[in-house]
Amino acid sequence: MADMIRTEDLTFTYPGGEDTEPTLALGGVTLTIERGSFVVVLGHNGSGKSTLAKTFNAVLLPSGGAVWVDGMDTKDEALLLEVRRRVGMVFQNPDNQIVANVVEEDVAFAPENLGVATEEIRRRVDAALGDVGMEEFMLHAPHLLSGGQKQRVAIAGVIAMEPECIVLDEATAMLDPIGRREVLEAIERLHREKNITVVLITHHMNEAEHADRVLVMNDGKLVMDGTPRAVFARAEELMAIGLAVPDTVALLRALRAGGMDVPADAVTVDECADIICREFAERGR
Amino acid sequence: MEDIIRVEDLTHTYSAGTPFCRNAVEHMDLSIRRGEFLGVIGHTGSGKSTLIQHLNGLLKPTEGRILLDGKDIWAEPKQIRSVRFRVGLVFQYPEYQLFEETVYKDIAFGPTNMGLSRAEVDARVRAAARFAGLSEALLDKSPFALSGGQKRRVAIAGVIAMEPEVLVLDEPTAGLDPQGREELLAHIRAYHKERGNTVVLVSHSMEEIARNVDRIVVLAHARVLMEGTPRAVFARGAELMQAGLDVPQVTRVAMALRDRGLAIDPAVYTVEELAAALLALRKGGAAC
Amino acid sequence: MLKDITLGQYFPGDTPAHRLDPRTKLLLTLLYIVALFSAKSVWAYLALALTLIVSARIARVSAKALLRGLRPVLIIIAFTAVLNLFYTPGRTLWEFWRLRITYEGARTAAAMMSRITLLIMGTFLLTYTTSPIQLTDGLESLLSPLKKLRLPVHELAMMMSIALRFIPTLIEETDKIMSAQKARGADFESGGLIRRAKALIPLLVPLFVSAFRRADELATAMECRCYHGGEGRTKLHVLRFAARDYLALALFLLLTAGSILLR
Repeated sequence: MADMIRTEDLTFTYPGGEDTEPTLALGGVTLTIERGSFVVVLGHNGSGKSTLAKTFNAVLLPSGGAVWVDGMDTKDEALLLEVRRRVGMVFQNPDNQIVANVVEEDVAFAPENLGVATEEIRRRVDAALGDVGMEEFMLHAPHLLSGGQKQRVAIAGVIAMEPECIVLDEATAMLDPIGRREVLEAIERLHREKNITVVLITHHMNEAEHADRVLVMNDGKLVMDGTPRAVFARAEELMAIGLAVPDTVALLRALRAGGMDVPADAVTVDECADIICREFAERGR
Repeated sequence: MEDIIRVEDLTHTYSAGTPFCRNAVEHMDLSIRRGEFLGVIGHTGSGKSTLIQHLNGLLKPTEGRILLDGKDIWAEPKQIRSVRFRVGLVFQYPEYQLFEETVYKDIAFGPTNMGLSRAEVDARVRAAARFAGLSEALLDKSPFALSGGQKRRVAIAGVIAMEPEVLVLDEPTAGLDPQGREELLAHIRAYHKERGNTVVLVSHSMEEIARNVDRIVVLAHARVLMEGTPRAVFARGAELMQAGLDVPQVTRVAMALRDRGLAIDPAVYTVEELAAALLALRKGGAAC
Repeated sequence: MLKDITLGQYFPGDTPAHRLDPRTKLLLTLLYIVALFSAKSVWAYLALALTLIVSARIARVSAKALLRGLRPVLIIIAFTAVLNLFYTPGRTLWEFWRLRITYEGARTAAAMMSRITLLIMGTFLLTYTTSPIQLTDGLESLLSPLKKLRLPVHELAMMMSIALRFIPTLIEETDKIMSAQKARGADFESGGLIRRAKALIPLLVPLFVSAFRRADELATAMECRCYHGGEGRTKLHVLRFAARDYLALALFLLLTAGSILLR
């Protein structure tokens, strides 16, 4: 089976406008996203991470190089609908993705477009809302929901297409901490239970906590690729390109500087506390 | 330090007389001290945005009073506009309100509404642009041709240009990347220092609040839950978490270490402080 | 403030009127209007009024609600009545100084008032029992034969339903922008007409810019969910006629025929 997504020497240039120069947003990116993985793409605003995400389902077509989704070239017009069905996308603004006046109608939008039979649409809508924990809001008006709830409806709307991969393009950027948590939990559950490939584009470092793999973008290029632990260990490099490390990592680095023998790569609070205690215990011996 | 703003027994009811009637703010008492850098934290629905819209007279109290410099701002309802020039309010995602042909004109909107002379408006626009970190070269450009981060600074400059005695910022760093956040907060800190006025920062981010403010007010369920210095507030971490809020990640590490038997002051809220405390403990031969 | 405006005042419910197919209700309203405008005799008006009352009972709409629906047009009704009362030529019924009420005038005024009242109340019942989405779906279905004439029926229906969906969102945004500009000293209340129009620029420009941006983002989101026009689309809720629809249609056809014939 082909990789979920593969890019080869991908470049993208945004055309210039009346008073703007054309901008090179991606300068030759080669990567593969494996089926069933949970990948987080980090980068400062303008690093090209969003542009990259949009090439994954042919919202943007490569200026140079190529992108393959499940073996299909995204430039192939005949395969466009199939590409978009396999790789669903959730965007940043919760309001600007919702098409209908009633939650269930909005979730039904994608299967309706695909010509799915009515009973099957019903089944998919119920299942998708269940997957994101929004069943009780089925007949509600979307505009009355909170940001986190709206994004979960958007995710359900994508799930109803039965995609193999979901790309979240800064989908938590406009949410409050509660909304962010709701969305991340929903996505993690989908990944765990349905083995859906997840590509999460963000600039919130702590969202990489449960990822299998972290990709770091800078100036249109892929500069780091590894586990969260490995990437956060390179703190100076991250800070040099405008990113941050979680405070847990910063703490461990400060302790190392003070002479403690601790690895500087724990990401969660508990991992961090455990590492510190272990060092204290060992020293005590 | 006297209070520049006092909120007295404030209650605000939305949709009174309908089945949707609710009190967004209930019997709230609050003082903002002259010259301080105050942080306001609260979950969504705690009454934050209703409260701040009362500070500059955009909303009228259902009950209670707002005192600016000791005077009730609604004493002369027809003069309420003048309050908005003294208490500047920057909403969330303010870049969506830009409308003028040039950055200069947009920043000039506020001071022009104040009826100032051309020369005075010009001076204020340039000073505000400087505070917000905008280069003079941008002043002649269309605000719509700028990047998101630049647009935000233009919007903030537009409020700073009114030279308000109190500047209230609602989640000014929302949606910015880490570097963008740091830069903006640095500009705000510098502004506060140089102008010596009062700044109120409303935020969701505990870390952000912890690193920047003198004093914190915590709102929950339409009321004030607690207030005090960052140390005093974060020491009550368990209460905060119960109210659906969070504490800085560092404080959570401190709490986790305490649970594991280390004698750490639970009010620690910066990386430097916790690292120093741990290294000191280590020297003293403590164990888990 | 602005949030309290609801379009057409739809109230969800489970009455037989609610359960009728929206196409039926649209057709019934059409027939009702035809009947109303062909009515000449008092009997016709009475029959139509009776129909309205019975329909209101079936939809469980109170008389108070119906009367409330008249409020926006009270001025028009009064105006029409006065116009007809005093300016119709004919046999004098009553005279005072320059004012003259004729028998014909009184009759026409009464007819006009009844017509407008019954019309407004009838359409009120339609929107009360049918949600905007149902109305759009019903219209789309009824107009679909026109697709053969190259009329973009699906596109029009989609535009209508997206517009309806965004009304509350745009109202919210207008509120936000107004608050933000007021916070910088904008004054939307005082001044003459020209001044007030100019004062709207800081409101309208951001609103328009934002509307275009929304449209762009929404279009992209729709395409990402495989939207490709009306070809091959299926529906979650399929409109289907039931016995009650045929019954209602038959009754109203009789009513309309009667109204036209019994002049």
